[in-house]
Amino acid sequence: MARLLIVFLLFVGRALAAEDPALDRRVTELGNELRCLVCQNQTIADSNAPLAVDLRNQIREQLKSGKSETEIKDYMVARYGDFVLYRPPLKASTVALWVGPFLLLLLGFWLFYRRVARKRAPETQLSEAERERAAKLLE
Amino acid sequence: MRVFWVIAVFVSLVGLLAVGLQLNPREVPSPLIGKPAPHFELPLLTAPDKSFSQKDMLGAVWILNVWASWCPPCLVEHPVVTELARSGIAPVIGLNYKDARDDALPWLRRNGDPYKLSVYDAEGRIGIDYGVYGVPETYVIDRKGVIRYKHIGPLTPEIAQKKLQPLVKELASRG
Repeated sequence: MARLLIVFLLFVGRALAAEDPALDRRVTELGNELRCLVCQNQTIADSNAPLAVDLRNQIREQLKSGKSETEIKDYMVARYGDFVLYRPPLKASTVALWVGPFLLLLLGFWLFYRRVARKRAPETQLSEAERERAAKLLE
Repeated sequence: MRVFWVIAVFVSLVGLLAVGLQLNPREVPSPLIGKPAPHFELPLLTAPDKSFSQKDMLGAVWILNVWASWCPPCLVEHPVVTELARSGIAPVIGLNYKDARDDALPWLRRNGDPYKLSVYDAEGRIGIDYGVYGVPETYVIDRKGVIRYKHIGPLTPEIAQKKLQPLVKELASRG
């Protein structure tokens, strides 16, 4: 029984040693930034599509060979376009994407302001007839 | 006036969504268009000891078709590819993607082999360089080795006639 346990532990130990947790973490981190093109709402880190597996292996290989995160992202963009990036870069074609929400927010503030201002205005202005009526009521 | 604005906003929103629904999210614009076709040097599907490179096609307009025996849409587009190759408009080179020879060769025997030749990309490494993500994919490459067009998914007779053929003719006439 003890011998069996030792053999088992040796196996587990070897399996753990074969993996590099730091590298795995970097692969997952980078994979989380990249879109899987086969199942488009998943990241490369998430997806089990064969292409995602291949791309994860690519990331792993390239990280191992000392490439930087930016270099690997450029590698992906050169092949699949900005679409692979979950955080698209600010360019002429993506300005609406980056600025649009803020413009809509400003528009919302402006509409809100107009509404509030319009509501307040009539309260302060009484016509002559109303003034007289109010005065009579207060007498 | 107020009603007018509400209706105007509603109609424009519906218009925007209607356009959005008609766009195909699978059609990702390829950054490779207008760029030189990525380099490869791969063994032939039929003859593992011989190799073929995209450089061998310099000087000719040609079509690269990515296919695999495990890919049902490839079978769907096969008659279109066959017709395209038969028309003699341009040589069609096959890129056999992530396949096994034992599956790919019988597939060609069964369905006919329209390709001038097929190269064998078992690990899909060249596929990655070409930005392949949905087999079948079809590329048109000009005389200088520049990618001019990419189609993702099965070719339809309509696309072959209205897009591929005019483009190939135009590229060929440019010399």
